[in-house]
Amino acid sequence: MPSLKDVKMKIVGVGKTQQITKAMNMVASAKLRGAQARIERFRPYASRYRSVLMELAKKVEGAVNPLLEVHEELKTTCIIVVTSDRGLCGSFNAAIIDKAMRMIREKQAEGRQVKAICVGRKGRDAIRRMPGVEMIAGYADRMGSLDFSLASTVGDTVISGYENGELDEVFLAYGEFVSMAHQPPRLVQLLPFETPKEEETATEEPKGPTCEYLYEPDEEQLLGVILPRYLKVQTYRGMLDTSASENAARMAAMDNATRNCKDLINSLTLLYNKTRQASITSELIDIVGGAEAQNG
Amino acid sequence: MSELTLEVVTPDKTVVSTKAVVVMCPGVAGEFGVLQNHISLLSGLKIGALRYRTESNEEHSVFINNGFADVNNNVLTVLAESAELDTDIDVARAEAAKKRAEQRLAEKKETTNVVRAEAALQRAVLRLSLAKR
Repeated sequence: MPSLKDVKMKIVGVGKTQQITKAMNMVASAKLRGAQARIERFRPYASRYRSVLMELAKKVEGAVNPLLEVHEELKTTCIIVVTSDRGLCGSFNAAIIDKAMRMIREKQAEGRQVKAICVGRKGRDAIRRMPGVEMIAGYADRMGSLDFSLASTVGDTVISGYENGELDEVFLAYGEFVSMAHQPPRLVQLLPFETPKEEETATEEPKGPTCEYLYEPDEEQLLGVILPRYLKVQTYRGMLDTSASENAARMAAMDNATRNCKDLINSLTLLYNKTRQASITSELIDIVGGAEAQNG
Repeated sequence: MSELTLEVVTPDKTVVSTKAVVVMCPGVAGEFGVLQNHISLLSGLKIGALRYRTESNEEHSVFINNGFADVNNNVLTVLAESAELDTDIDVARAEAAKKRAEQRLAEKKETTNVVRAEAALQRAVLRLSLAKR
């Protein structure tokens, strides 16, 4: 049986841990609100962009653009890994990294060279340790204050790489924000470009008669401007999603931790009371035993 | 009644969303105006000022940094990398950016990215001129 003092210390210790996890939960929930608001603000831009691009893509079937071309020889694969900067958010980062690594290994088995761009410290540190992966760029401590310029920089890097033939495929790995309880890792192909599928258009389409579009300058030049920027839009979306998911995952993890602390405190308190009772009982037996001996 | 709706959207927020009578856009092929019932149009925009007049005859200008305008069914959507209403322009920041860009252009080192510096200068100058008005 542990001593009374030990148990008491332990209860105090666990109580302090519980305070910390509770505080972290609240911080994460405040940050999540910010991240969600940012997604909300970005959503109109993204959806408009998509519809404009789709309209344009219908027009210029089979257009010549370096970003639409599929390279004949697939030698180099680039993967953009977006993770969080900090841990203590359950298996969130591990899931993204795992997904990315599995793809890297697959590509390496096919004999391709793999390069990586990492946003977020956790992913950067993990990918850096992988053999045979060249790190083009790594960004840490940027997830807290995301802006479009970071997505822009990353986008420019892969676009120029793709255009001069250094990269033949580009993927993006991030944590999608589906709901508070569900943030699955996602892997999407950025290049060569796949025109976005028409999914939700059915609900939006019947707005009125559509007529011939006027383009200024011509369609192909416009596509040359819009396509690269769409890549940045997708990258930015990945970053925003990851930052929201990170905080949601942390909230869940910290909630669990707080609950575990509570359970632990309960069982420790029980142990404390039992120990105390046991020592009282043994003292009583001593006293009774001593008195009997004297009477006897 | 079909009115013209103007929306200026950036990745960070919706800058303007209002009804307008006439909108002048800084297109890549020259400035163009959009009135009610304009034909569907998709045009690239350069760094410049977008001006619009509302029904109550108020004139506003919006700073536009590279983007494009989409006109369809009396809705003019401007998607820009960044955009600010003339009243929201941060003069101090633009002032600083101008100085920085000028310095970079004046030094003319080999590493200087002239195109980028010039674009930055252009943005700063335009922001200032819009803000002062």
